[in-house]
Amino acid sequence: MTDATQSLIEQVNSARAEQRHLRIVGGDSKAFMGRETTEGESLEVGRHNGIVSYEPVELVLTARAGTPLAEIEAALAEHHQMLAFEPPHFGGGATIGGTLACNQSGPARPWSGSVRDMVLGLRLINGRGEHLRFGGQVIKNVAGYDVSRLQAGALGTLGVITEVSLKVMPIPAVTLTLVQEMPADQAIAQMNRYSGLPKPLTGAFWLDGKLYLRLAGAESAVNGTAQQWGGERLEDADTLWQQLNNHQLDFFNTDRLLWRFSVNSAAPHWQPQQNWLLDWGGSQRWLSGDGDPAVMTEQAGAAGGQVSLFRGGDRQSEVSPALAPPLQKLHQRLKVAMDPDGIFNKGRLYGWM
Amino acid sequence: MTTATAENGTTDIKSDLAAEFARFLKPGCIIADQETQKPYECDGLSMYCEMPLLVVLPETVEQVQQVLRLCHQRAVPVVARGAGTGLCAGAMPHSEGVLLSLAKFNRILDIDPLARTARLQPGVRNLAISEAAWPHGLYYGPDPSSQIACSIGGNVAENSGGVHCLKYGLTVHNLLQVEMITVEGERLVIGSEGLDSGGPDLLALITGSEGLLGVITEVTVKLLPMPEKAQVVMAAFDSVQTAGEAVSAVISRGIIPAGLEMMDKHAIVAAEAFVQAGYPTEAEALLLCEVDGTQEEVQEHIQQVSELFEGMGASIRVSHDDAERALLWKGRKSAFPAVGRISPDYYCMDGTIPRGQLAPVLLAMQEMSERHGLRVANVFHAGDGNLHPLILFDANVPGEFERAEAFGGEILELCVAVGGCITGEHGVGVEKIRQMAIQFRDEEIAQFHAIKAAFDPVGTLNPGKGIPVLKNCQEYRALKPDGMQPMAHVHGSTS
Repeated sequence: MTDATQSLIEQVNSARAEQRHLRIVGGDSKAFMGRETTEGESLEVGRHNGIVSYEPVELVLTARAGTPLAEIEAALAEHHQMLAFEPPHFGGGATIGGTLACNQSGPARPWSGSVRDMVLGLRLINGRGEHLRFGGQVIKNVAGYDVSRLQAGALGTLGVITEVSLKVMPIPAVTLTLVQEMPADQAIAQMNRYSGLPKPLTGAFWLDGKLYLRLAGAESAVNGTAQQWGGERLEDADTLWQQLNNHQLDFFNTDRLLWRFSVNSAAPHWQPQQNWLLDWGGSQRWLSGDGDPAVMTEQAGAAGGQVSLFRGGDRQSEVSPALAPPLQKLHQRLKVAMDPDGIFNKGRLYGWM
Repeated sequence: MTTATAENGTTDIKSDLAAEFARFLKPGCIIADQETQKPYECDGLSMYCEMPLLVVLPETVEQVQQVLRLCHQRAVPVVARGAGTGLCAGAMPHSEGVLLSLAKFNRILDIDPLARTARLQPGVRNLAISEAAWPHGLYYGPDPSSQIACSIGGNVAENSGGVHCLKYGLTVHNLLQVEMITVEGERLVIGSEGLDSGGPDLLALITGSEGLLGVITEVTVKLLPMPEKAQVVMAAFDSVQTAGEAVSAVISRGIIPAGLEMMDKHAIVAAEAFVQAGYPTEAEALLLCEVDGTQEEVQEHIQQVSELFEGMGASIRVSHDDAERALLWKGRKSAFPAVGRISPDYYCMDGTIPRGQLAPVLLAMQEMSERHGLRVANVFHAGDGNLHPLILFDANVPGEFERAEAFGGEILELCVAVGGCITGEHGVGVEKIRQMAIQFRDEEIAQFHAIKAAFDPVGTLNPGKGIPVLKNCQEYRALKPDGMQPMAHVHGSTS
């Protein structure tokens, strides 16, 4: 447990004075994400760590940005609580700050919300070296702009997150996984149908002809639903969901390119001959292998969403979806508003930012 | 008072603008006379009112773009307005500006039952979304108490909540995409039909930005499955402290209620007199705890909650059917008008506090009530810490509103001091703009201004709302007897 606020601010100020760039690093578990950049010295947020406060009855936890997820989850588990957005650890060292900056949430995301949904407030060092506080530690707070949630997905380009306050949730009493065999197009329809029913669904993904459904909640509700829906009950399923979350299934072979489609959950399946994993009830679709980015962008658009090159391939080119010109202009102005000298994570999110 | 010259100048701009608008708006869509403008002079917080230069009611997105372009060229302020039910004067007109009403954008464009989404024009009423979704077994989560009248565009602007926030979230948690017109008249699509988009979360930034960053012209929301069953436990306690502890005890059991509301004695008595819901008027505090889910789950949780409340000395009543559930809620949902019956006027506050601070905050409020000589009734979204003190006053008694305002300001500052915030769901608008100086430091306010400038460099979108001028912040803090400084003494500072 270390408070490195002052040294982080000093490093930001000296970088600014000397017009140097900074690369923000937390647990270094997600270096593969975003664009490949070499510019600048690293700003180690991992040394700024520790849980600052945790009030189980308030359902609120505050931790320094460099706190490992594992440490937070262990503290929560003592009070039978958890991070409902099930962040991936990607090899172990993932921190809460990096998780928010990369907007990473796990299999429960469509039903339990994302990291961005659970953020109540944060502290951040902007490009002027000012240590600012936004939001708070209460569940409702609409004073000022929501600068906290704005950081989700910004990949650290708008500031250095130093502290995060999160809403936490109770661990469900019972969890159970069902397996139903069916092709992908039927699985998409099934996942959407089930999501529209008032049942305790908290995970739904399809891979290799099998639909995996996770139920979690009160024992009576979980068992009642399992009986109604049918399918084979999978023992020791926690490992499977963790492997899915941390990309440890064989599907996520790192020798191949990994594309992420964030689309309308009910969009029809396309190019079924390719290698797919359909998660988040159909709204997060992973494609493993080569493809033409222009064609995929068109396909994602037709499915109401976007595609990004999540892992591998040419990471010196753009890997995030292109923005319409007025939106790109707005991003540039927003970058200037928060980091006027452009010192943070230059080119990490977009080549032009 | 305006001088004759200024008046002439204003008249010129007004007639010039009206003539320009008449090129693309139907005559009935431009309101220039004072009498017809009158209903637009305020939102739900009628103590703050102002007459605009012109009211316009465009019918197409292109017309909204043209209105904004024209105003941008002439640096004329634009205030967007939905249903006008807001409670912070966020939609109060600007005396030298155009009031842009989105009332004609009232169509539900699409309901997709399989994907569980609704695509809406901004003027669609909150409740109308759920009504359209019900035949599919779906509904829209956030349910502000104005849901019969308030519109989804305004809900986005204010990040509206309701009584089900703890479990189902605020507006920001239930949005997929918005179409927004910038101050320059450019059309932006923010978000997608997927659950996230690449890059910084602009959707979250726009939500709750009170019309300062753009004008919303289309909204896509998520719909939720209607729970199989919902049941409510009413519990009467002989002290506010115990009722507060009961709330924590429910959460500690791992139960997240769909709604968890508390009323104090004044609110109970007023509500009971108004709707005869069967509230025990001798109780010091009343809890309404609603549980929803599958049949089995609700049965299990209702039993646990009932035993827990009884174990803490409460007398309880459990709803047996939907009619009884509706009756028990009716008292709570009518609490504001009920209080309106026992006082000529009331002023509703909207602070948020950590739940554990409830008892000391209510105690401190009692002391303030005596000091200001004004009664206060409390309704509390106990599940999420959102407090709605209703300060009772009579606007016809000179000085009473000013006293109510001062009392309200003190309550908000107390909320900040105990680790909460000045507004949970009503927004800052004009009303709480001074208290922003207590919640935020100058650097943070300056950062807000920089973000505003990224969207609206000239500052003509809803000027004078939401974010205070820095100079005013310093002056406001200087007026505080204890030299109150923002956030210096609360929660877990690391520096």
